Amino acid sequence: MRTNEEMFNELDRFIEQECNCDEQELIAILHRAQEIFGYLPMVVQAHVARKLGINVSKVYGVVSFYSFFSMEPKGEYVISICMGTACFVRGSDKILERVEQILGIKNGQTTADGKFTITTLRCVGACGLAPVLQINDKTYGNITPEDVESIIAQY
Amino acid sequence: MCTKITSKEQLLTMYDNVKELIEKRTTLQEKPEKYHISVCGGTGCMSSKSEEIVKSLKHWAKEYGVEDKVEVAITGCFGFCERGPIVKIFPDHTFYTKVTVEETERIIRRHVCSHDVINHLLYKNNNGERVFTQENIDFYKKQNRIALRNCGLINPEEIAESIAAKGYQALATALFDMTPDQVIEVVTASGLRGRGGAGFPTGLKWKFAKNAKSKKKYVICNADEGDPGAFMDRSILEGDPHSVLESMAICGYAIGADEGYIYIRAEYPLAIKRLRIAIKQATEMGLLGDNIMGTGFSFNIKIKYGAGAFVCGEETALIHSIEGKRGEPTLKPPFPAEKGLYGKPTNVNNVETWANIPYILLNGASNFASIGTEKSTGTKVFALAGKINNGGLVEVPMGITLREIIYDIGGGIPNGKKFKAVQTGGPSGGCLSEKDLDTPVDYDSLVAKGSMMGSGGMIVLDEDDCMVNIAKFYLEFTVEESCGKCTPCRIGNMRMLEILNRITEGKGEMHDLFELENLATTIQSSALCALGQSAPNPVLSTLKEFRDEYVAHIVDKKCPAGSCRSLLNYEIVTDLCLGCGLCARNCPTNAIYRTDKTGANARLNAYAINPDKCVKCGACVSKCPAKPKAIKK
Amino acid sequence: MLVNVKINNMEFQEDSSLTILQVAKKHGIRIPNLCYMMKEEVDLEHKPASCRVCVVEVKGRRNLVPACSTNVANGMEIYTHSERVRRERRTIVELLLSDHPHDCLTCGKCGNCELQDLSVELGIKKLYITGPMSQENVDVDEGSLRRNASKCILCGKCIAICDHVQSVGAISATNRGFGTKISLPHDCVNCGQCVQVCPTGALQQIDDTRTLEKILADPTKYAIVNTAPAVRVSLGEEFGMAPGTNVTGKMITALRMMGFKKVFDTNFAADLTIMEETTEFVSRLKSGKNLPLITSCCPGWISFVETQFPELLNLPSTCKSPQEMFGAIAKTYFAQKAGIDPKDMVVASLMPCIAKKQELKREEGMFDGMHGTDFAMSAKCVAKLMRRCGIDDLANLPDGQFDDPLGASTGAADIFGNSGGVMEAVVRTASLWMTGQVPKAVEYHGVFGAHNTREAYVSLGDDVKLHLCVVSGLANARKVLEDVKAGRVHYDAIEIMACPEGCINGGGQPINKLYEQKDVIAMRKEGLRNIDRNKAIRVSCENPQIKTLYADFLGEPNSEVAHKLLHTHYSNKQQTFEEETND
Repeated sequence: MRTNEEMFNELDRFIEQECNCDEQELIAILHRAQEIFGYLPMVVQAHVARKLGINVSKVYGVVSFYSFFSMEPKGEYVISICMGTACFVRGSDKILERVEQILGIKNGQTTADGKFTITTLRCVGACGLAPVLQINDKTYGNITPEDVESIIAQY
Repeated sequence: MCTKITSKEQLLTMYDNVKELIEKRTTLQEKPEKYHISVCGGTGCMSSKSEEIVKSLKHWAKEYGVEDKVEVAITGCFGFCERGPIVKIFPDHTFYTKVTVEETERIIRRHVCSHDVINHLLYKNNNGERVFTQENIDFYKKQNRIALRNCGLINPEEIAESIAAKGYQALATALFDMTPDQVIEVVTASGLRGRGGAGFPTGLKWKFAKNAKSKKKYVICNADEGDPGAFMDRSILEGDPHSVLESMAICGYAIGADEGYIYIRAEYPLAIKRLRIAIKQATEMGLLGDNIMGTGFSFNIKIKYGAGAFVCGEETALIHSIEGKRGEPTLKPPFPAEKGLYGKPTNVNNVETWANIPYILLNGASNFASIGTEKSTGTKVFALAGKINNGGLVEVPMGITLREIIYDIGGGIPNGKKFKAVQTGGPSGGCLSEKDLDTPVDYDSLVAKGSMMGSGGMIVLDEDDCMVNIAKFYLEFTVEESCGKCTPCRIGNMRMLEILNRITEGKGEMHDLFELENLATTIQSSALCALGQSAPNPVLSTLKEFRDEYVAHIVDKKCPAGSCRSLLNYEIVTDLCLGCGLCARNCPTNAIYRTDKTGANARLNAYAINPDKCVKCGACVSKCPAKPKAIKK
Repeated sequence: MLVNVKINNMEFQEDSSLTILQVAKKHGIRIPNLCYMMKEEVDLEHKPASCRVCVVEVKGRRNLVPACSTNVANGMEIYTHSERVRRERRTIVELLLSDHPHDCLTCGKCGNCELQDLSVELGIKKLYITGPMSQENVDVDEGSLRRNASKCILCGKCIAICDHVQSVGAISATNRGFGTKISLPHDCVNCGQCVQVCPTGALQQIDDTRTLEKILADPTKYAIVNTAPAVRVSLGEEFGMAPGTNVTGKMITALRMMGFKKVFDTNFAADLTIMEETTEFVSRLKSGKNLPLITSCCPGWISFVETQFPELLNLPSTCKSPQEMFGAIAKTYFAQKAGIDPKDMVVASLMPCIAKKQELKREEGMFDGMHGTDFAMSAKCVAKLMRRCGIDDLANLPDGQFDDPLGASTGAADIFGNSGGVMEAVVRTASLWMTGQVPKAVEYHGVFGAHNTREAYVSLGDDVKLHLCVVSGLANARKVLEDVKAGRVHYDAIEIMACPEGCINGGGQPINKLYEQKDVIAMRKEGLRNIDRNKAIRVSCENPQIKTLYADFLGEPNSEVAHKLLHTHYSNKQQTFEEETND
C-alpha cells in the first residue's frame, strides 16, 4: 500500500511532466488520478485544481459530468452488467435485479464490506454473448438470472 | 523493420516484400505445407477466451512437433460474434465457430497434422448443411467488406501486415500524386457520407475545413462510440487501426492540418492499446509524424480519452471534452470547420468513415460510388443483435433491404418466434415493423420511414418484446445521457419518460398519448443539439407503428407482449401442472404453494401462486418442465 | 454586409452581423429570453442558447432557431410570434415551471422574477406538464448568498459573470441531464455579481433585516447606522427616482423614522481610512518595501487575494475598510463620548455590497473581543425594510442631516464609491502633506486592451513621481496582479475594487430595469462626482471631526491605538477539503 504522499507525488509528476500543468489536459489528469487513488475524492480534485490554477468547482463540474469518474471508492470486485440494447432485449435487466437481490445493494452501490460494487455499462461490444456480465476484467456471457449466484460465489 | 520509408517507391518495395504474408492466406490452397491460424481478437471472442485458445494452439503445435508448419496469430474481429470464438485456418479457408480451449488439441492433431476438417466445429447454414469456408456461410454471402476489409485478415499489432494489405498506399498516392484539392474531389465524387449518424457528405465537410483560413487546423477521429448496441468502430480500431491513422493523415494533407486527435472511449482498452502500438510503429517507419515519407508533410496523432458521456459523440461536445471541459454541445453555426478545437478549423469524422477513405483513394471514386445507391454510396456496417440467429457485425452495400439483412444474413428469429420490429439508429432512431421490411437501407429511406441510419445499431425484436418498454429503454438512455444544457432535452425527455413509466405501470391515461406527442414535437424542433432533437424518435416511431400496444397498456391495462411486469399476473393452470414442485423450489419469494387438487399427474397435487407474494421474476416459468408450460402470464 | 430580411411580414435591411434578437429589438419586437445576457459595461455577451425560450420560426427550416444566436441572412423570413412559436415557447416555459417550485408568493424574488414575468406574458394559466422536481426546494445559506437549486433554470449567467468578469470561477454546472445544477461555490469572494444577474430566485443575498427590525424595537439596544457613499446615489431608484439622484437627506430621515438612534456617515470613516492609508503609503514609499500598496476597502478583493494570491498578502494596506473602522470607532470613541456600553450598541451599515456581510465577521477585525459592525444591509434589502416601515414616497421626505460626531465628511470620501475614488483621495491628502498643495483631478489613461484598468503618473513635488493603477472587476485585477508578480509592471499603488466600476455597481445595489446598466453606472458615477464637487472640504485630512478624533482619542495616524482599532492582517484562506463536503 502506497502512502498518500507517494500517490500525490506520482500525480504531480504526471501533471507537470506529461501535461505541462495545462488545464486542457484535465480529463487525462483525472483518468490518471483515478487510476492512482481508485476514485476522485474532493481532496484530490482540489489538489488538481491548484496544480492547474483553476477553481476546484471547475474540476468538480467535469468529474460529475462524466460517468467514468467516481467520487466514491469502488469495491474490490466491480460487477458490471451490460445494459446495451442487445443485452437489454435478452433480459439484462433481470440479471441486474438478481445481482442486486443477492448482494442486497442497488446499482451504483458498494457492499458494506467493500467487496462488491454494482455498476451498469453500455455495450461492451459482446452483443453475440448477450446478456453479458463483467466482474473486473472477466466477462461472463449468455447468462441467466439463475447463473448469477454461482458466478458471484466464485469471488 | 525500423528503417524509415522516405519515398513512395520504398513503400511499394516493402509491399512487394511482405505482400505474401496476406497472399498466402487469401489464395485458396488445400492441404498446404504450412497453415496460418487466425483467432478472432475482437472483444466478444476475447471474452470467450480467445487469448487462451491462441496459447493452447501454440502449446499443442509444440507438443505435436509441428511448430514450423503452423503460425498462430490473433486478428481483428470477424464480425460473426454470435458464433464466437471464431478460428479461421488459412490457406484452406476453413472457418471454425464456437471453438473452445478443449478443441485446440484436435485442431492441431487433425487439421494441421492430418489435413482433416473437424466437422462439428463448422457452421451449419439455414438449410442444415455444414459449410467449410467463410465465403459460403449465409452470414457472409451478402456482405461486402470495405470498412472491415482487414478485420480478421491481418494482425493489427504488426504494421508489416497492414502494409501487406496495401496500408499507407493511399496516403502515398495522395502525397505524391495528388493535390489537396484533388483528394477532396475524389472523396466528394465517391459520394461518401458520414457514418456516424446524420450522413453529412464527407467531401463537402473536408472542403469547408480546407476553405477555412487558418495556419493551424485539426483533424479529429470520433471514436466515442456511444450507441448502446453498436460496436463497429471498436472492431475497426481493434482490427485495423492503421487504416484510420492513414486516413486522418490523408485528410490532414487535404485540409492543411498537421495535428490529429483520436477521441476514444476509455472503456475500450484493447482498441487504445492497438492504436498506441500502431501510432508508434507508423511513426517509426516515417508513415506518420514529421516529414512523412520524405515529403515534408507532417502529421502527428494524439489519443484523447472520453470518460463516459454519450453526448460527446456530438462533434461540438466532443471538442469541448478534448479541451478538458464538460461535454456540452454548442450551437452550430459556427461549425467546427470554421471554429473547432481550440477555436481553430477542425474536421471531425467517425471511425467507420475514416476506414473507407483508403479504399476510395486506391480504387477510385467511381468504384466506390458504384456500390450502394445513388444517394447513399458504398457500404454500411451494422451491429446486428437482439432476437436474431446470427448476430454480429455485418457490412452490407447500401440499398440492401432490411429483410435481406435480418433473414438472409441474420438467419431470422430464433426459437420459432415471430418477428415484430427492427430498431435502427439507436437512441436517435426508430422502430420499423413487418411492413417496412422491404425498405432499402440507406440514409434517406430510413429517415422517410421515421427511423435513421445512426451509427449502425440494428436490434431485432420479436413477439416477446413490448414496444412501449423498448421506447422507454431508449428514452431512459437519453435521459441518463442528456448533458442537461437545454430545457427541452433536460426536462422534456424526463417528463416523457415519466409518462412512459406510468403507462407501463398501468397508470396511463389516454391524454398521456397526446402529451407525449406534444412534448416530442417541441423537443424535436427546439432542442439545442441533434441528440436532443432526435431523442423522441423511438417514442414517436413506436407510437406510429404500434399505437395499439400503447392503448392496450392504457385502456386494457395489459401488456400484449407479456413483458411489462406491473401488468402481468402469473398463474398456474392446474390441469397442466405436473406437481413436480420445481417452480416452488426456485421461487425466490416462496410465493408458490401446493394445493389440494391434482393436476396433470394424478399422483401429485398441483401448485398455485400467491399473487401477493409473487414478484413476477419469471423464474418459475423458466423451470417448468411441462409442455406446454403450466405457468401462464 | 447589408441583407434583406422579413420579420413578421415586415421587410428590413440589416447588417448580417446582427442576430435575429438584435434586429427584432431594434424594430420594437420583443422576443422573450431567459439565458441571453448582454453586459456592455463589462464587454460580456452570454448566449449559451440553452433556455430555448427565444426560439423563432424561419421559413424553410424544419426546426425552430434560437433568435439570440442566429444571425440574419439575406432572404430570411422570420416569424417571432407565430402560433407554432407561441405554442412551443409555452411548452418550453411550462417545462421549466414543471421543475420549479410554485411558492412565488413567499419567494424573495417575487415581483422581480423573469420566469414569473414570462409565465404571465405567455398566458400560462394552468400547468399541463407536471412531474417530480430535480432539486429539493430548500434555501442553502453560505457566505452572503442564499441559494435555492430548485429555482435555478440553468441559464448560466452566474457562471459567466463569475468566470469572465471576476475570474473567480467559484461555481460550475455539475452533474448532467435532469440532475444538472450549479455547484456550491468554492473560494467565493461574495461579491454578489451573480446575484445581480440571476433571473429567478435561485441566487439571492441573505436578508437579515428581520432580525434588525427586532433590535430596532428593543429598548435595551442602542442601534446606530452608517451609510456608504455609493448608496446615496442609488437608493432613490428603488423609489422611482433616476439613477444618480442624491437622496442623502431623505435617506437619513427614513433611517431615523425606522428607529436608528443615530445616523452617521460611512464617509467619516472613509476620511479616517485615508488618514491611515496615506500615512502607511508614505511610510512604505520611504522604506521601498511592500510596494505596490494595494487598497483594502473592498472585502471582495480581500477575499480574492486571500484565496487566489496568498503569496501577495504583504501588499494590501493593513487598513481596515471604512465599515470596519467605523464600527471600531463607534464602539470605542463614540461609546465613551455618549456614555453607552458598547455591548448594548448595535452598529448597522448601509452598503452597496454583500461581501460586507462577510467582512464584519472577520476575526482579524476584532478588538476588545468585539466585532465593530453587527449588520451590513444592502441597498436592496434596506429599501424593502423601508417599505415595511411605511416609507414609500422617499422623494417627498424632508432632508435630514447626519449626526455628530461621526457624520462629517469631505468630498474625498464621497468618491470612494467610484472606481478610482480611493486612489484620488489618497493622492489629495498625500499631496497636501508632501507639497502643501492639492492637485487637480488625477488624469488616468486606459491600459491598452484592458477594460476598467487605468493608470496614471502623478508627481508629488520634484522628487516623488508615482505610478498608480486603478482597476475594477477581479478578472482585470488578476491580470494586473499577474503582471506585478512577474515583474512586468511596476506600480507604487493600486486601487482594486471587486465589482466592475466600483461600489456604484456593487452586488447589493438596486437592479434597475428601466435603464441599460452602463447608463445606470454612468449616472450613479456622475451623482457622486457632483456631491464631491459641491463639498466645501475635499481633502480628508481637513475634515474637522477627523482632526478632533485624532486630537482627543487616536493621537496620530498609525499610532498604537490606531493600529489596534483600525488595522488588520490577512492570511491564506484557500478552501481545504479535509472534510468531504459537496453537493
